[in-house]
Amino acid sequence: MSTPVRSDFLQIEGVTAVFDGFKALDVSYFGVDWGDLRVVIGPNGAGKTTLCDVISGKTKPTTGKVVIDEKDVTRWRDTEISALGVGRKFQTPSVFDSLTVYENMELALPGRRRAWQNLFGRETAEQRDRILALLERTHLIGRKDHLARDLSHGQRQWLEISMLMVSGARLLLVDEPAAGLTDTETALTADLLLELKGNHTLIVIEHDMEFVRRLGSRVTCLCQGRVLADGTLDQVSSDPQVIEAYLGRGKAGR
Amino acid sequence: MAEYPIDPRQFALTRAIAGLGWRGTLLGFDRRAPAIGAAFLLLAIPVFYAVGLLDLAQVNQLGRYCAIALVAIGLDLVWGYTGMLSLCQAMFFTLGGYAMGMHLAMQGPKDGKGVPTSISYVSSEVDGLALPWFWQPFAHEWFTLVAVLAVPAIVAGLFGWLAFRSRIKGVYFSIITQALTVALMTLFSLNLLKLGGTNGLTNFTHLLGCDIRTGEAKLALYWVSALALIGAALFAWWLTTTRFGRILVAVRDSEARLRFAGYQPVIFKTAVFTLAAVLAGIGGALYVPQTGIVTPSDMAAVPSIMVVVWVALGGRGTITGAVVGALLVNLIYALLTTHMPKFWPFILGAVFVSVVLFMPDGIVGQWRKLIAWAQRGKARA
Ligand SMILES: Nc1ncnc2c1ncn2[C@@H]1O[C@H](COP(=O)(O)OP(=O)(O)O)[C@@H](O)[C@H]1O
Ligand SMILES: [Mg+2]
Repeated sequence: MSTPVRSDFLQIEGVTAVFDGFKALDVSYFGVDWGDLRVVIGPNGAGKTTLCDVISGKTKPTTGKVVIDEKDVTRWRDTEISALGVGRKFQTPSVFDSLTVYENMELALPGRRRAWQNLFGRETAEQRDRILALLERTHLIGRKDHLARDLSHGQRQWLEISMLMVSGARLLLVDEPAAGLTDTETALTADLLLELKGNHTLIVIEHDMEFVRRLGSRVTCLCQGRVLADGTLDQVSSDPQVIEAYLGRGKAGR
Repeated sequence: MAEYPIDPRQFALTRAIAGLGWRGTLLGFDRRAPAIGAAFLLLAIPVFYAVGLLDLAQVNQLGRYCAIALVAIGLDLVWGYTGMLSLCQAMFFTLGGYAMGMHLAMQGPKDGKGVPTSISYVSSEVDGLALPWFWQPFAHEWFTLVAVLAVPAIVAGLFGWLAFRSRIKGVYFSIITQALTVALMTLFSLNLLKLGGTNGLTNFTHLLGCDIRTGEAKLALYWVSALALIGAALFAWWLTTTRFGRILVAVRDSEARLRFAGYQPVIFKTAVFTLAAVLAGIGGALYVPQTGIVTPSDMAAVPSIMVVVWVALGGRGTITGAVVGALLVNLIYALLTTHMPKFWPFILGAVFVSVVLFMPDGIVGQWRKLIAWAQRGKARA
């Protein structure tokens, strides 16, 4: 988990993703530096989730290439990309419902991905402490032995973020982490993500402008699969093309 | 206080103690239930037989049910834990059964050319009267043992790997497993395969030098089956307590999440499917000498569906549920078919529908709820 020498940790070049002739993604260049937090905004259907799909290997790009940490991962399998250190939080919270909070965290620990490695042995005391400290941080410690299905929506979001944090992933793709959260929950989520910045590279997709402002990071706006604008939130939100795009979809002022 | 003959506080205390005692008994039984069940199968049944409470046919019947229950344990791992509804477990059972059946046939009566009688009249007349080459190694015990384990394992491993790699899941998986078992049944029914055609294999007499028709051999086979059942249940239970077991549950809950956490679901699914096939194969190998025959119709669609019924009734996702379901349904079946054969399908149907409606977690699931309730009560008391 060494810090890469090159500043650009992730590069996406000339990537298109075409579904039945429909270009869901058409990005000539998108790059993120190591340790940065990049926010991706854009109206519904802009291709934000598809961007995550392409990076994590869920969707293979139709053309173009994806480079992570100097490795061309365009044709890699999803599990191989995950092994490289790419973690993902899905748009709809996705945790293992029938396992406890602690067991969810345990499965997220790095290493032991082969079948036979899982037959014997438990997590080390150090790993256990790390899980407990993280659960403390995300206010889940009191529910550590509860089934994930019994958690509230916000707690599930945090559990999923906690799983990313414990996994040792270097590049985190976080898809709409504030969706459906209360204001206080949103604030905690933003703090958690900011805490990860520096030691991790993050791509955070979000609609909620209040949340984006709180993150105070560089923003990229996607629309109809293309990068419309890139810069600080103020720069991006005053960009006439961006305003047009949101207005065109009746989403201004969000 | 003087006007009351009994101190009401004392009365409340007695009630509390009685309540605690009742709950304590329940919890105590729950803790010991697997051990009680094992002791019952291994010791009580032979004793009942010795004192004449059970006859040989009944012990033999129980032995067969123990063997069948291995299939249910396997399906529970595949379906209850991993969420894949396989409809071909009886096929693996029958493959193990055929391997054992071939060995038994080789030990049994043969015609003048050394061909076991159970295949001589369907095969040797069409095919030069010689013993087919692939029959030869089944004369050896060790080869047979390996075949019992390896044949189901190879079929399940190959088929599972191909199916899971192509991301076949849900109803599609169920349907193609059912198609597979029916296809293999048709194949085994062909005389040219030299496995006895639709008549299957029968006329078994000896196993490991003992005459399997004697009382001692039947008792021994019962005992081995009970032991195998207990061993398999313990193994399956241990597996579910490992991280491997939790990954199986994770496959059921969210395969996509698991994949992006870096695990390859295909490997885990293939592994558990293969394990279940091996358990079923062992069950079949123990069943066949106790029942004396194995035929292609053992891998028709219905027997595999029955395994699903046992696991659903007993409670999927719990190993005890699979065992209880398999033993109970078969015992009820045995009782009903002797006393009121016409009503058996209706009663089973009614029981199944009511369990699905009123006890979706099966008998053991319902029992667990009762135990959880008792524990809460105890914590309060
Ligand atoms: N697997 C797919 N098959 C077909 N169309 C898809 C697929 N994934 C995404 N799309 C389409 O691509 C467009 C972008 O979707 P998405 O990336 O989910 O947008 P966003 O996350 O920005 O709201 C949508 O029109 C969607 O219907
Ligand atoms: Mg989206």
